[in-house]
Amino acid sequence: MKNILAVVLLGLGFNAFGMTKINGAGATFPYPIYSKWFSEYKSKNAEIEINYQSIGSGGGIRQVLKQTVDFGATDAPMNAKDKSEAPYKISHIPTVLGAVVPVINVKAVNGLKLDGETLAQIFMGKITKWNHPTLLKLNPKAKLPNEDILVVRRADGSGTTSVFADYLSTVSKDWESTVGRGKSLQWPVGIGSKGNEGVTATVKQTEGAIGYVELSYAITNKLSMVAMKNKAGQFVSPTVESISKAAEGANDPTAEYTASIVDSSAKGAFPIAAFTYLLLPEKNDDMNNKEIRKFIKWALTDGQKFAKDLYYSPLPKKVAKQVLEKLK
Amino acid sequence: MKSESTLKNTISGSLSQREASVFNWAPQKQDQFVFASMRVLSSFVILILVALMVMLIKTAWPVLVDQGTNFFTQSIWNPVDEEFSALPLIYGTMITTFIAVIIAAPISIMVALFVNEVLTPKLAKLVGLFVEMIAAVPSIVFGLWGIFYLGPFIKNTLAPFLKEHFGYLPLFQGPSFGIGVLTASLILSVMITPTITSICREVFKTVPAMRKEGALGLGATKFEMMLLTIVRPSFSGIVGAIVLGTGRALGETMAVAMVIGNQPQIKASLFAPAATMASIIANEYAEADSEMHIAALCGVGLVLFVLTLIVNLVARSIVWNYNRSSK
Repeated sequence: MKNILAVVLLGLGFNAFGMTKINGAGATFPYPIYSKWFSEYKSKNAEIEINYQSIGSGGGIRQVLKQTVDFGATDAPMNAKDKSEAPYKISHIPTVLGAVVPVINVKAVNGLKLDGETLAQIFMGKITKWNHPTLLKLNPKAKLPNEDILVVRRADGSGTTSVFADYLSTVSKDWESTVGRGKSLQWPVGIGSKGNEGVTATVKQTEGAIGYVELSYAITNKLSMVAMKNKAGQFVSPTVESISKAAEGANDPTAEYTASIVDSSAKGAFPIAAFTYLLLPEKNDDMNNKEIRKFIKWALTDGQKFAKDLYYSPLPKKVAKQVLEKLK
Repeated sequence: MKSESTLKNTISGSLSQREASVFNWAPQKQDQFVFASMRVLSSFVILILVALMVMLIKTAWPVLVDQGTNFFTQSIWNPVDEEFSALPLIYGTMITTFIAVIIAAPISIMVALFVNEVLTPKLAKLVGLFVEMIAAVPSIVFGLWGIFYLGPFIKNTLAPFLKEHFGYLPLFQGPSFGIGVLTASLILSVMITPTITSICREVFKTVPAMRKEGALGLGATKFEMMLLTIVRPSFSGIVGAIVLGTGRALGETMAVAMVIGNQPQIKASLFAPAATMASIIANEYAEADSEMHIAALCGVGLVLFVLTLIVNLVARSIVWNYNRSSK
């Protein structure tokens, strides 16, 4: 008993004198890279400990507004209403890029090519067979079967859906007017599965399925990925590099990069990409806040090299430089 | 071991101390004190129920005002345009629960009869234990089983069979992808079987052995004996068991959310995806950021709450009546 007490006291002592504890919460999508960053950063700066709870983007925004955490994280930028409720100015800091990848399960078909309008037609239930003339025209060499298309989508509200819907709304007027943008949508057809892992499982098991997941799920589960036609007219497969390129066309003097980067006009860019952000309250007098700034400086320079192994795309050099300058 | 014995010592020590000091009241006063504190504590249970109701109504109020009766009559669930209706979700909950009960009730009654009347007492205990263990399986495990085993089985085996033999019914038309109303219903039926079985077994046990022996003595076969002396007099008990099973099926969330397809729509086909009230709350609440969306989800929660309350009340009143009449 005495021993336990001593250990607890010792721990408390450490907290009070040596350690800085920083709390954050938010998006689930960047959780793997963030936790890698936090542990790498701690191995270099033993006195800083960063806790991150991946409770979802919406939760991250709410927690920052209520000031229960030192920083938040989100996939979709904060809307005007949330910003107006903030007690401090909250800046968005892009950290890495992610992509939403259409995946399919059709026998003997690999590297299917689609353009945005066709993808929208499929997810609206207007193209229902794999050997539809439009698909055959885009893929003259593929042996597309006379089979029903099963649309698989996220059932839970998610940033992934938001990026995907943003892309389809950008490229298809039809989609924009009938379905629109959002984390939860009214889907015309298809079945909803829970989480990236649910969509992955359903697509993998069901022949004739098409779904959308984050890049890392598509690669690690060896799903057949679709090459999308970008604005420059090229068919681009999703890779860490082609996703980074999507951000190269972006330009934002405020360095927040909250404008959508889907359907990028850059050459060789995969069109369904998005930034993910840290939400940083602008409190200059706060100790923790200073430490987070230091951490971000590290993450946007040395930290970027960890992104690729976890299938995130690093920020283009130009963007990273601009964000760092603003942080100073 | 040592610490345990010291613990015992302290407890008994403190008890005797308390008897001497704190509760040095007259026995009547002790009773009054305990009674009063118990009353306060138990009224908290009711308070929590009422508070829950008030909170749900308060949060759901915007959507009830905004959508009016549309909230119960339209077949729409559109978070983007903020048009919500609970109807497709009520339908999804009702249809899956209904099918699950249709399947589970007869099986559970038969299992209960078999375990109680046919098996030797030792075996009965063992089988009864196994049936009740189904109730202890976490629902996410049922969900995984549904995705990886039951779904493909329905897609490849059951659905083609149903289509071939009963395809003329609108219930069994349209494509089946192994995920939808039927899969969810089947999983629910497995999940509520232990509930119904164990209550039925308790009800069947109340039949006096004399009556069973009497029936057999009059020349009834074993089957007739079960029907005449066990099932028929236990009717209201059986109904109570089924309604309690229904209550469980109504609120089941995770397993259903994983296999039902989560598409808020009303379709005749059992192969089509649907969504239930519990599944949509679990799916959308975490990332619902508009006030109306949250209100709509709370509205759905309110409907579900009222529905389960009614079902449970019905079950209780049936069981009460049964107990009174059997006495």
